[in-house]
Amino acid sequence: MKKATTTEAKTKEIVKKHGRDKSGLIAILQDIQEEYNYLPKEALSAVGNELEVPLSRIYEVATFYNTFSLNPRGRYLVEVCAGTACHVQGAFNLKDRLQRDLEIDCGQTTKDNMFTLEEVRCLGCCSLAPVVRIGGNIHPYLTQNEIPGILRNYRKQG
Amino acid sequence: MVNFIIDGKKISAEKGTMVLEAARANGIDIPTLCAHEAVSRSGACRLCVVEMKKGKRAKIVTSCLYPVEEGIIIETKNERVMNVRRLVLQLLMARCPESDVIRDLASQLGVDAQPRFAADEDKSKCILCRSCVRVCEEVVGVSAIGFSCRGADKAVSTPFNEDSAVCIGCGACAFICPTGHIEMETTEETRKIWGRTFKMKTCDVCGRYFAPEDQLKYISKKTGVPLKELAVCTNCR
Repeated sequence: MKKATTTEAKTKEIVKKHGRDKSGLIAILQDIQEEYNYLPKEALSAVGNELEVPLSRIYEVATFYNTFSLNPRGRYLVEVCAGTACHVQGAFNLKDRLQRDLEIDCGQTTKDNMFTLEEVRCLGCCSLAPVVRIGGNIHPYLTQNEIPGILRNYRKQG
Repeated sequence: MVNFIIDGKKISAEKGTMVLEAARANGIDIPTLCAHEAVSRSGACRLCVVEMKKGKRAKIVTSCLYPVEEGIIIETKNERVMNVRRLVLQLLMARCPESDVIRDLASQLGVDAQPRFAADEDKSKCILCRSCVRVCEEVVGVSAIGFSCRGADKAVSTPFNEDSAVCIGCGACAFICPTGHIEMETTEETRKIWGRTFKMKTCDVCGRYFAPEDQLKYISKKTGVPLKELAVCTNCR
């Protein structure tokens, strides 16, 4: 018998909260991602064992949705909106600036594990374009010049 | 019994029969890639399209998934159907330029590769019909493989592209694959599939290698037949 790791124990707890029902798979994966910022491999195996769903099915769901990440993410997820309204307002310039300031490409995480940069489609607040969401906070009407200050604030918060 | 017409021929078939089966039972050939009697249907390859006429309306349907209905008129080879089928083949050829199966089907229908559909280089021979995934789930029952990602990145793989712990090396996925995408390397003593190498077992009677050890263990576990009884190949049983 393999010794239960902490990830496994935590995952079991989350699965139990959702009533061990396989129809709640996405909600379970969302909660796991909430906990770890990404979906650890051991957690997916544990979900499979708990729900009696083959790992291949869970992997299908986990890779299908863009919201799930199988790679570790930083403390703050930086999402640059690339929807129509934001694109027209020059969101691509914000993306370039963020890539330069964070010294990473889209989809990558900074060395200090603080930020993960991602491009997303519409965030649903087109009237505030161009928009960047950092760690769940919307930054409306963002300009390039504000970016260094905002990043500094998040770094300070830790 | 349900009465209907396929290509001008009066046919009757049991309720619930698919148009494809009814046609085949009456000697009318409809090309398919993904329809296989061992697994459920998905209508993924779209080659089996036919025109279904009910009253004044005619529409294109996949014959492998369309149950027969009283009084419908099916056309399997008229111009409209052939146009759709040719287009499907052009797209399949663009996706899998290496596939002999698709190329043969195309040449039978006189379809050439179209420059407007740029050929994919990274998809190998996979048409994403999901037959392998279904046979692994429905027939074998281990679900070792599945789709990963979506859209242009969609592919068949084991979870995390790693050696699957549940795969038994039976090779059902390679067998059912209509285009020969799934590769299985076999030598006398080993079998390599999905990146994992399986040890083959010798028959207790004739000493010939006949099945992967993991597969026999799985069968024994599932059926309750002792492993010893399974250690004899089908020829010696």
